[in-house]
Amino acid sequence: MNIIRLSENTFLILFEQVIDAENFSRIKTLVGKIKQTMANNLIDIIPSYASIHITFNLSALSGIECQQQLEKLLLSTDSDDDNVQSTDVIEIPVYYGSEVALDLSYLAEKAQVSEREVIEIHSSKVYDVYTIGFAPGFAYLGNVDQRIATARKETPRKKIASGSVGIADQQTAIYPSESPGGWQIIGRTPIQLIDYQRENLSELSAGDRVKFIAIDKEEYIRLGGVLPSEITTNNNTVNNPQGDV
Amino acid sequence: MSLHVLKAGFLSLIQDYGRYGYQHIGVTHSGPLDENAFLWSNRLLGNHYNAPQIEVSYGAFSATFLEQTMIAICGADLSATLNEQAISPWRTYAVNTGDTISFKAPVTGLRSYLAVKDGFAVDPQLSSCATVVREKLGGIHQNGAKLSEADMVPYASQPHVLVKHGLVKRVPSQFTSTYPKKITLRFMPNISQTSAGERALKTFIQHSYKVTPNIDRMGYRLSGKVIDTESSGIISQGISLGAIQVPKDGQPIVLMRDRQTMGGYPLLGCVCGLDMGKLAQSLPGTELSFVPISVEEAEAEWIVHKNFFGV
Repeated sequence: MNIIRLSENTFLILFEQVIDAENFSRIKTLVGKIKQTMANNLIDIIPSYASIHITFNLSALSGIECQQQLEKLLLSTDSDDDNVQSTDVIEIPVYYGSEVALDLSYLAEKAQVSEREVIEIHSSKVYDVYTIGFAPGFAYLGNVDQRIATARKETPRKKIASGSVGIADQQTAIYPSESPGGWQIIGRTPIQLIDYQRENLSELSAGDRVKFIAIDKEEYIRLGGVLPSEITTNNNTVNNPQGDV
Repeated sequence: MSLHVLKAGFLSLIQDYGRYGYQHIGVTHSGPLDENAFLWSNRLLGNHYNAPQIEVSYGAFSATFLEQTMIAICGADLSATLNEQAISPWRTYAVNTGDTISFKAPVTGLRSYLAVKDGFAVDPQLSSCATVVREKLGGIHQNGAKLSEADMVPYASQPHVLVKHGLVKRVPSQFTSTYPKKITLRFMPNISQTSAGERALKTFIQHSYKVTPNIDRMGYRLSGKVIDTESSGIISQGISLGAIQVPKDGQPIVLMRDRQTMGGYPLLGCVCGLDMGKLAQSLPGTELSFVPISVEEAEAEWIVHKNFFGV
């Protein structure tokens, strides 16, 4: 772990550059402590897989003071036992039907398993929310079972429907709003992941634990899910400069 | 009680100082691309630093004032007129009911800031009215829409005596800019494990880079000598304002106010906050040289700037 000053008012705490649950549980603990200790001097905090990005209030705190506070917190975290309280598992219903699971058959073929197995494997695991980014409420979950881990599409789609559930390598995610994207789409949730009118804004936050529950078409519609109209937008493509999603 | 938009132009947006405290759910900071020009507009009118303004990019914007007030325009020279009379940026003007302001096309710079006394009265969304089209946040309709024809942007009328006898205020010339075609930007090099590496930094400092036509509120793509990085990607991490990323093609991208909160490309460093406005005003083809400075030096300047504007 080390603390890097990125700019006038930002720091990055870099952890070991690996994606695993143990590393992430350390990040989770430290994020809690930073929020508590820095309180109003913290403008923004972005936890990620292997780092924490911090924007601090330069009018209240100098860079050196902020660095010292962070160093102190790092030391106290090191000596801790990392016994993070287990978080409740948030259940997200997903309809894996072919109308919405645009890439399910491709992914199954590629992974040399049946479509049903893909669904079973995907919905049997409890995932960690590593970070939220790319778009408001877009949660990166991991790790996907190696058997169904599949690379992003070569050419991203221009439009992916809100609620779409995708896989990219060992990550899985839900598109909170309609957007371009290159993940392999295997289902759709009727749940609103982001809602600016709602108090909790984003359904998921970094550190949450998530399990997908397979639902049938009736249940999907009952929960407010929408099916695509006759006109499909499967083949349109777009440049995705960030190459991220 | 409103500014009536006649022609909305290419990209005219309501902006305040930005939306802070929501990056953890993926919401960008947004705010004015040229902070210096934005803050001067508010200062000239005695407004709060965060008072909402209109950021007019590229021009082709015109609107009629339906109430008398004082206005300020700062930033780019977009050949602005008031009732078809040429007006220049970096000062205040009194406007009467029925006066029409137009921003035609860029002479120098790209973005002009139009402020009214006490700011435009726009309701905030997630504590800010900064417009982010892709996030559907901010603006007068609170849905991220840019300004469009026939929009009414509310503001409070000012007493006749203030408008008639109000003093014209100007930004001292040493603080204004005419946005030259060749500029130097200072940056704080990144030498962490997620840096693009020493060799990459050397290439970046030794060569100049051109602003490409591929520029928007998220990022400015530059072109020049290809930068070889030690790795093609890093584990996605939070991204600061002004971060300079090197994607696989070796052509750097500087990330602006509407950047995504996360990025996965190796980094060269961060452009100084105070220099970001200069970049935002650069037309495609502008030649950029980058010089490294220490973060302490940048911090000291930033504090002076913040204190001066009361940010």
